[in-house]
Amino acid sequence: MSTLTSMTSGILDATLQQNETKRFASYDWFTQLRQQGWKNFESLPLPKRDDEKWRFSDTRSLSLADFNIATAPSEADTDKLIAQSHFITRPAGLIIHIDGHCVLRPAIAPELAAQGVKFESLEDALRHHPALLKEFLLKHEANLGGAKFLALHQAWLRAGYVLHVPKGVEIKQPFVSVNWTLTEGAAIFPHALVVAGDHAKVSIQEFNLSALPQLRALAISAADLHAGTGAQISRFSVQAWGKNTQSFEIANTCGGRDALITSVNAALGSRRARLENTVRIEGPGADVRLYGISVATGEQEFDQRTLQIHSAGKAKSDLLFKNVLLNKARTIFSGLIKVAPDAQQTDAYQTNRNLLLSPEAEADSLPGLEIEANDVKCSHGATTGQVNPEELFYLLARGIPMAVAQELLAEGFLEEVLSKVDNEEAAAVVREMFRLKFHTA
Amino acid sequence: MPDSLVIKNLNASIGDRAILKDFSLTVPKGEVHAIMGPNGTGKSTLAKVLAGHPDYSVQSGEAFIDGEQIIGQEPDAIARAGLFLAFQYPSEIPGVTIANFIRAALVARQAKGAPFDAKAYYAELYAKMDTLKMDRKFTSRFVNEGFSGGEKKRCEILQLMMLKPKYAVLDETDSGLDIDALRIVSEGVNRLRGPDMGFLVITHYQRLLEYIVPDRVHIMYDGRIVHSGDKDLAIELEAKGYDWVKKDLASA
Ligand SMILES: Nc1ncnc2c1ncn2[C@@H]1O[C@H](COP(=O)(O)OP(=O)(O)OP(=O)(O)O)[C@@H](O)[C@H]1O
Ligand SMILES: [Mg+2]
Repeated sequence: MSTLTSMTSGILDATLQQNETKRFASYDWFTQLRQQGWKNFESLPLPKRDDEKWRFSDTRSLSLADFNIATAPSEADTDKLIAQSHFITRPAGLIIHIDGHCVLRPAIAPELAAQGVKFESLEDALRHHPALLKEFLLKHEANLGGAKFLALHQAWLRAGYVLHVPKGVEIKQPFVSVNWTLTEGAAIFPHALVVAGDHAKVSIQEFNLSALPQLRALAISAADLHAGTGAQISRFSVQAWGKNTQSFEIANTCGGRDALITSVNAALGSRRARLENTVRIEGPGADVRLYGISVATGEQEFDQRTLQIHSAGKAKSDLLFKNVLLNKARTIFSGLIKVAPDAQQTDAYQTNRNLLLSPEAEADSLPGLEIEANDVKCSHGATTGQVNPEELFYLLARGIPMAVAQELLAEGFLEEVLSKVDNEEAAAVVREMFRLKFHTA
Repeated sequence: MPDSLVIKNLNASIGDRAILKDFSLTVPKGEVHAIMGPNGTGKSTLAKVLAGHPDYSVQSGEAFIDGEQIIGQEPDAIARAGLFLAFQYPSEIPGVTIANFIRAALVARQAKGAPFDAKAYYAELYAKMDTLKMDRKFTSRFVNEGFSGGEKKRCEILQLMMLKPKYAVLDETDSGLDIDALRIVSEGVNRLRGPDMGFLVITHYQRLLEYIVPDRVHIMYDGRIVHSGDKDLAIELEAKGYDWVKKDLASA
């Protein structure tokens, strides 16, 4: 393949990467971070078919060729997309990126600022809070197969947001981040860094969209979530990129003692989308809930890889991923629960359920357990099947046509996860997106 | 008969087991007919065959609602043509709220693309729930999920009241109801009685027929009607039991 040697593809051009890195010359550590990212990227191979961490995914069509760092959007496009970004009324803060350029810098209420709350673009935070970034940014390797993609993310790191809620501060209203892709062939590398101090409480809603449904783009996102002692983080992330997007998200979800984290991922967009999420239970009493839902249509491939690492005992993690598949879509769920020898009295659960609405769709499930402690409650399970015929008949017997009945049952199937979203407005937006997707499948 | 539910010589089976055997019955619109009969005699099968359940196959026979053939039609088309089945065992539908479910059923009866009057819908839904003494919170509960037996039956009658079919088949709607619920549900049905609706009420208990007084009572045995009479037949049956029917049949 000529893809990796192509000189025209911006994101694979070392000179371009170095030139952009020079912009951060006044932040040595950040320059080094980007350079290290590039080195790692160059030394790592693209995943291959026989790679266990990529089992069942279509590695042949993986390509990073012909993607560019887009220039800043026009004022007209910016205004238009900002106007379309108000999914949540009265957020605690709203940040908007277009093609990786921050076009709306968040303004937070003075009383939040007075309490030490920080919600800024990554670039601003680099200037204002380097110590915070140094402590929490990209502290973990991608251990689920996406190392090369995370390396590229690191090499081009610039976009994204940093949210820090200090000790004891509880905020009801959600923080909202909206990422758009606008330019054909654009590559973006948005980062989400959330740090909740001890006993802090915070909610984040993220929307990832393309300005045009057909847009070809590459999105390699990463998220670092850190919940301190007794802290509570709720995150809802909506992947609704255009249907010619390749997207990758590599997330780390770290819970300290007695922390409570709920993370929900909804997948709608992209031609192929891969989510890697590692849950790290670092303190006893932590409770981390990881949920995923998707509606996969056409020839979409949704690839979900998760790891629940219990390093501390008396903690809980619960995972539920539900996929609805139509047409020739494919989903892959691969999850592993790892319990360290001294993480006694761990409760860890993992469930994957797939609803097939088409005989040509395919769902693969690879659940796993690696338990070294002896006093634990762990379970994993996976089911794949069609709609229950008696439920279907019940709906039909009320005069509801077959297509609508199937859709209602599928929506009902997803509701179990959507009901875990802490923000009703965001859940409603996604419910509507799913509905639209059913109608256009 | 144009204004009737007409079932003619219906033969239906599940797998290779014949259940309905030359079953015939006519329910004129505006009347309430009751079917009683021993367990396993085919009462629910009749209800499901009429509703177009795919598990049953019809070998021969016909069924019409107001002259329209329903045998061979898809279940949703049969329902929209005007047949309602209150299930003996209603399914639980996880994640689908009662409000959305009934709404979808009503939308399916509208002209394509016609606007749906949500305000009027909720007003009517709440009013009907009030008459059935159902808590309004039920609208946001998932259909039948975690409902008690009696709540499920009430929910069936709520749907009946909202969908206003031409003919309703009530399959043991009284089972699982306590005395108060039985009265409330019966009142709901009685309120719907009138020249525009016909009822086929399947029950084991004469008690229900004291509340919903039938125009005709039929006794079903081994896949067909073996005896018909007025409401007193139910009382006679209660006193004599089914052995009487069986003996009758043997001597016939
Ligand atoms: N899905 C099925 N598979 C196999 N047999 C069935 C099925 N449905 C019904 N049957 C059989 O058909 C016969 C008639 O059943 P049906 O449910 O119609 O009886 P019923 O008159 O409604 O009885 P009950 O008074 O107990 O409700 C029974 O012997 C039953 O076991
Ligand atoms: Mg029955």
